[in-house]
Amino acid sequence: MSSALDAPEAAERAETKESRRPPHRRRRLSPGALLAYVVLVPGAILFVAPFAWLVSASFQHMGDIFSWPPQWIPNDPTLDGYRTFFGFGPTGKDQANVWRWLANSVFVATSVTVLQLLFNSMAAYVFAKRHFPGRDIIFFGFLATMMVPPHVTLIPNYLVLRYFPLFGGNDILGQGGHGMLDSYYGLILPGTVSAFGIFLLRQYMMSIPDELLDAARVDGASELRIFWKVVLPLSVPALAATAIFTFMFVWEDFLWPLIVISSPEYYTMPLGLALFVVRNRTAWDVLMAGSVVATIPMIVVFMIFQRKFVQGISLSGLKG
Amino acid sequence: MRRNWDAYLFLAPGLVVFTIFTVFALGFAFYLTFHQWNALEPETPFVALDNYQEMLVDERFRRSVYNTLYFTGASVPLSMMIGLAIALLLNQSLRGRGLLRTMFFLPMVTPFVVVAIIWKWLYNGDFGLFNYYLLKAKLIDEPLLWLADKNLAMPSVILMSVWAGVGFSMVVYLAGLQAIPDELYDAAKVDGAGPWARLRYVTIPMLRPSTLFLLVMGIIGSFQVFTQIFIMTNGGPVDRTTTMVFYIYEAAFKFYEMGYASTLAYALFAMLLAFTALQLKLYRRADA
Repeated sequence: MSSALDAPEAAERAETKESRRPPHRRRRLSPGALLAYVVLVPGAILFVAPFAWLVSASFQHMGDIFSWPPQWIPNDPTLDGYRTFFGFGPTGKDQANVWRWLANSVFVATSVTVLQLLFNSMAAYVFAKRHFPGRDIIFFGFLATMMVPPHVTLIPNYLVLRYFPLFGGNDILGQGGHGMLDSYYGLILPGTVSAFGIFLLRQYMMSIPDELLDAARVDGASELRIFWKVVLPLSVPALAATAIFTFMFVWEDFLWPLIVISSPEYYTMPLGLALFVVRNRTAWDVLMAGSVVATIPMIVVFMIFQRKFVQGISLSGLKG
Repeated sequence: MRRNWDAYLFLAPGLVVFTIFTVFALGFAFYLTFHQWNALEPETPFVALDNYQEMLVDERFRRSVYNTLYFTGASVPLSMMIGLAIALLLNQSLRGRGLLRTMFFLPMVTPFVVVAIIWKWLYNGDFGLFNYYLLKAKLIDEPLLWLADKNLAMPSVILMSVWAGVGFSMVVYLAGLQAIPDELYDAAKVDGAGPWARLRYVTIPMLRPSTLFLLVMGIIGSFQVFTQIFIMTNGGPVDRTTTMVFYIYEAAFKFYEMGYASTLAYALFAMLLAFTALQLKLYRRADA
């Protein structure tokens, strides 16, 4: 984990700042730095301690998790929690679906991210670079809904999914079945477009010079080809930033899967874990192991894309 | 202009999804607020303003508004102030700066469900680490019940949420701090401003875009607090942690009252709009 967030550009900037300062500021430990260490080091330890304990507890026997004083380093490390969680332990019968939860989370988060990037960027492209009747009105319509909290559309969307015609046993009038509830469609489809994502991408694509697109048109490229070969490659920084946010948001989303899904075979990781807490109040060793497993993919994605992530925060944050 | 019809093709997939799941949904939710729509019953009669009237006299609704405001009023300023303090301290050349920053940011890259699970354990009345260390330090004489105590439950949820949100404030403020030109500080120093004066008259005013952003995002986010409530307290004890979204969830998916739940959702929407408009207005006035 060390220096995972150490974005090089920030370090560079800190250096240049320092070199511009008068030389007496370069003493070994300035009062500011001393203060920073005195405050930040204990603070950071407090911030990390719960995770350290989580990881430690996930390798402990159930009895040791409950021991006072707490064991920060397991006296008798065990993989029982993980074994049970993944369904091949002595009592693991009902947890056999955990691999499925993990696969569901990966599938749903990836699908939403890919579809959202595609749909958002297609819409952003025409909003940024094309002229057609109704463009500004439609764009304004997207913008106007950015303020709407997702919970206003939660209930109607639940009903829309339930009565979606010709899905999940529904007839053409949407009666008779469960529609898109309890299916991957229900988890994925409503999230495949985001007004905020369109807005960010459009702002970014506005900066692509029109001459580039015109040159491609003169060379006879189709609009689809221009979009795919010129616009998308030039928008990679913005696409990457929004992709990471979307992936992490969907990965840890909880309320929507809670409402849409009822069969364990469609559980995503957070939903499975949360319902595990609510239902098996006692199996803390399994829960700790599961929590570690659910966290790893987010940390991996974050570590791979951390620079983009930090850029994304400033991209989304300080222009809006 | 001949080529422009295909722009609609680019727009089509996004527009279809958006039309169904946002535009139609908003209208449908509004329609629901005038109906008694119980998902278990076939009849969905029009009831005019009954849902709204019921909401105005609903004790639990009032409680949920109060709890939501309590949560927001405490957690948003606390995360921002702590995040700013950390960012200020980190905004100098320090050995291990990247490592420290990562440590404060760690909760942000953990699924929120996991954060809630960890903290539920930390707060455990019999075995939790909080009680252990507080007892050991002789700060308390007997174990506290934290999430089961009606006066401590909300502060406990707030503490956990602040811990989870500080990393975001820190990163936004760090980005803001790095955008402040050194010349401003140099000029302030020439004018004889000490460190406090520089902080008060240069840093904090220059950070206003970051502050406004964090305030708006923080209020929007904390008005919608749900996951930690569902996992840690389930709204209890005696509704002391029932927030608006939790109440909406209960109304819709425990009691299946879709009409009433939609009314509650619109109330949340109205409150958010009012707060955001107020903030932008205050901000603009301060700017002028």
